[in-house]
Amino acid sequence: MSVLQALWQVALVLLGGVLVGLVYKGIDRKLAARMQGRIGPPIRQPFLDLGKLLVKETIIPRTAVRWAFSLMPFLAVVASATVLLYLPIGPFAPVLSSYGDLILILYLLAVPAVAMAIGGFAAGSPYAAVGAQREIVMLMSYEFPLALVIVGLAWRLSGLGVGPAFSLATVAGTPLWTQVGPLGLLGLLLLLGTLLVVTPAELSKIPFDIPEAETEIAGGLMAEYSGANLALFYLADALKTVAMAALVVALFVPYGIAAPLGIGGVGGQILDLAFFFVKLFVVIFVAVTTVRVAFARLKVDQIARGFWIPLTAVALAGLLLLVLDKAVVG
Amino acid sequence: MKLSAFKRALWVFHVPTGSCNGCDIEIVAALTPRYDVERFGIKLVGSPRHADVLLVTGAVTRPMAERLRRIYEQTPDPKAVVVVGGCGTTSGVFYESYNIVGPVDEIIPVDVYVPGCPPRPEAIIDGVVKAVAKLERLEAGEAV
Repeated sequence: MSVLQALWQVALVLLGGVLVGLVYKGIDRKLAARMQGRIGPPIRQPFLDLGKLLVKETIIPRTAVRWAFSLMPFLAVVASATVLLYLPIGPFAPVLSSYGDLILILYLLAVPAVAMAIGGFAAGSPYAAVGAQREIVMLMSYEFPLALVIVGLAWRLSGLGVGPAFSLATVAGTPLWTQVGPLGLLGLLLLLGTLLVVTPAELSKIPFDIPEAETEIAGGLMAEYSGANLALFYLADALKTVAMAALVVALFVPYGIAAPLGIGGVGGQILDLAFFFVKLFVVIFVAVTTVRVAFARLKVDQIARGFWIPLTAVALAGLLLLVLDKAVVG
Repeated sequence: MKLSAFKRALWVFHVPTGSCNGCDIEIVAALTPRYDVERFGIKLVGSPRHADVLLVTGAVTRPMAERLRRIYEQTPDPKAVVVVGGCGTTSGVFYESYNIVGPVDEIIPVDVYVPGCPPRPEAIIDGVVKAVAKLERLEAGEAV
């Protein structure tokens, strides 16, 4: 693949990621409003929000560490966008791939959270510092169940010997549902449930949005951000939503729809891509929108305890079931 | 600086300067399903640095005067200040009270006044719309 072709693909994925991320954010707000009995904003509202933020003055507080304050939003956007480059989009293989993709994605997903926390600490405000501390606590809490899910899947895949186990091309090409017995099926369901609970925590959505609590700590780690910096964090959030949903789809439901229907060629690819967007919508609806409307915000100690004890237990049970299944099925 | 996306994505910060909370409740009522200002893109934000419109309620008590000035300066341009309720407009029933340092326009410049005790949510929404219209006129360079 020539350099020009690679650059073209990267640009396409990044631009597509931004557009799709903002559209899904708009759909999420609209559906959340409908579920609350309201009319809700138009679906293009996030584009209007972003346009407005770019018009606003960007203030950097006097007490802030200037270079960290201005660099962190950019870092968050870059890290979220880079995750997209490693994920399969519909029928298309990931733009970048190697033998350790899943581990890389695990760390790349942590970078926007760390960037937000550093930005919060760099803001020089007590509200932002508290928000940043809570973001770090939450990051430490959900990383372990997330790692358990990824390790469980990779381990089972390595037993099948179909290719490098941590590569996303392998994971997406060999969905595990048909490769395991009934014990493994239960284990995979537990791991899927764990990942769906980790998703709103990664994205800092209710009930896990304590770092950005508007009512409690005046916007938390975002309190001192304005204008273009805030626009970049907004964009990073949209990109990360798409990246997390695409990760869930790639790990657990990478199926296409064109092959079973027998439609080939360009039409089949378009159909697969449309099906991919539908799957993204379902994941976002289940893990983000419905949860956001149904629950209230959890406190940071409830989140930490909830992730470290019950959710880790569920993820470990899933992993254990996969191991038992391998021993039974062989 | 174009304002066309501005008027459809207003982020509002609510500043209570010693109010009885009547106006505050009416402001929050505007976000409930009955009035639902989010369909116009209006969102309540937690930090003045995210805000476009400051909704100031209450007669300004002495400790709040300094804070109100700071909040006004922390809000990035372009911004508008909407005073909600009779207390902020003219001190209302607390006229020349010993603890009040004057109506809001003696502390910060005000763009729109929404009188009432408390004003209805429809009046508050009308006030916000007038504030944006004023910002657009300023942007277009016409007389305010």
